Amino acid sequence: MNNDLIFSPSPHIKTPNNSRVLMIDVLVALTPALIWGVIVFGPRALTVVTVSILSCVIFETLFRLILKRPQTILDFSAVVTGLLLAFNLPASVPLWIPIVGAFFAIVIVKQLFGGIGKNIMNPALAARVFLYSWSKHMTAFPEPSFLNGEHMPAFAISINNIDATASATPLTVIKQGAIPSDTSIFDMLIGNCAGTIGEISAVLLILGGLFLLARKVITWHIPVTFIGTVAVLAFLKNISGSSIDFMLYEILGGGLMLGAFFMATDYATSPVTKTGRLIYGAGCGLLTVLFRFYGGYAESVSFAILIMNLLVWYIDRFTKPVRFGGKN
Amino acid sequence: MMIKQLKEGVLDNNPLLIQLLGICPALAMTTNVSNALGIGIATMVVLLLSNLFISLLRKLIPNEIRIAAYIVIIAGFVSAVEMLIKAYLPELGRSLGIFLPLIVVNCIILGRAETFASKNKVLPSLMDGFAMGFGFTFALIVVASIREIIGAGTWFGVNVLGESYQSVLFFIMPSGAFITLGCLVALMKKLTSFPKKVPKNSIESLESESVTAEKVEEPVEIPAEEEVIVEEIKEEVEVAEKNDN
Repeated sequence: MNNDLIFSPSPHIKTPNNSRVLMIDVLVALTPALIWGVIVFGPRALTVVTVSILSCVIFETLFRLILKRPQTILDFSAVVTGLLLAFNLPASVPLWIPIVGAFFAIVIVKQLFGGIGKNIMNPALAARVFLYSWSKHMTAFPEPSFLNGEHMPAFAISINNIDATASATPLTVIKQGAIPSDTSIFDMLIGNCAGTIGEISAVLLILGGLFLLARKVITWHIPVTFIGTVAVLAFLKNISGSSIDFMLYEILGGGLMLGAFFMATDYATSPVTKTGRLIYGAGCGLLTVLFRFYGGYAESVSFAILIMNLLVWYIDRFTKPVRFGGKN
Repeated sequence: MMIKQLKEGVLDNNPLLIQLLGICPALAMTTNVSNALGIGIATMVVLLLSNLFISLLRKLIPNEIRIAAYIVIIAGFVSAVEMLIKAYLPELGRSLGIFLPLIVVNCIILGRAETFASKNKVLPSLMDGFAMGFGFTFALIVVASIREIIGAGTWFGVNVLGESYQSVLFFIMPSGAFITLGCLVALMKKLTSFPKKVPKNSIESLESESVTAEKVEEPVEIPAEEEVIVEEIKEEVEVAEKNDN
């Protein structure tokens, strides 16, 4: 049977994309925000990112070695997890924080459930919430330091005078019931405000998200419904001053852009169907707003996404399309 | 025989880590070791007494209302234990709170009454109560030790990890309990499962026999060598004969 006819089951059209290509796309999309984080918070941010990525890669390799499973390190998913984890940390955290977080993300959340594609929650976000165990480190945000040039020590294990450098994020100020006076909306757009390493610059994150959309790594459904829901609900809620201003602070502040474009869209933990994605995005937005306004923490994108991650299974069941010829 | 039962209770058929019974106190009462020890021993005492009395009364209790009868016996002992603890160990009574009376609905106790004490003589039932209670307490203490040491840096309230240790709040919270318990169950599964390198055709006939010979609640074991199975069957037959007499 040596002819040119090839018999194979569908699908017949294939793309060269595999996990590695997708993950590299995500890394490329995150690079501008990473560079901006390093510019704003100094070399310390780069150290935290490096430690986080390295520990994720090492834990993944070790775990799969110990359990004698095939290595999956070359699909770069551990690198993406490490980078996203570091993006969720303030630059001033002691260096053991990203290591512990990487262990939780990779070993507990990802590998114990079977590795890439089988985790039930976003590993980086779950690790962030786990790291809230040390909330004094996780909620002490250093001031953007690129203007005054005072950098944190890049390699010190921990920084003692966190309290001296800590400043309130715009969302913390809003949580206390005021519109941030020292941070303008333009500052928040470009990322001249306190926050975690990767979440501050809305415009660079949107740029990265658009890149992913253009590369068809993600679809528009989740980010648009997620951000849209937050925008509409914040517009209606409005604590003081102009509704538009308040809405812009809410959607530009915190990890909303990072979460909506990069974390909520994780394949393994988001719905498969388009309707499902709309429901999922709206759910994320609704929970974010509820937690922000009525919860204990000023920022809550992580909690919202994690809870919706756990509901993905139900959403997929609920929105299962009718197969061709099937009954409703 | 007794050692086998004890091993059964602690390892092979651990009520918490293998049978997954009594999860509620195991999650809620393991924030520190002293609470775990308290609830473990209270459960063990109730289990011992209820097994003893159910075994004594097993021929008097009509089959149709046996569950109700067991519950009455168990509830009686739980009330007694609760009052004793509140009288003599008020501190412990306060920290155990609602979980002390909730021992009544602990599945381990009713489970052992139903599957063991109601079918066996007094002494083996007592031994079973002790083995299962000990296994449960042991498992609780392991969970609680992990949670207390990581979550607070202490063990029995004594600082073990030094002053500079930054405790992991997560492990004191319920989510930490679930993750600790899950990891321990997985570990236990790994430790107690036999390697499955059994020659197939030679063992099948024996295997089916061993299933029928074993008591209901025991998992079907596939030991590495045939001889083990044969020995076990002999033991089981002996036990069954003794019980019949």
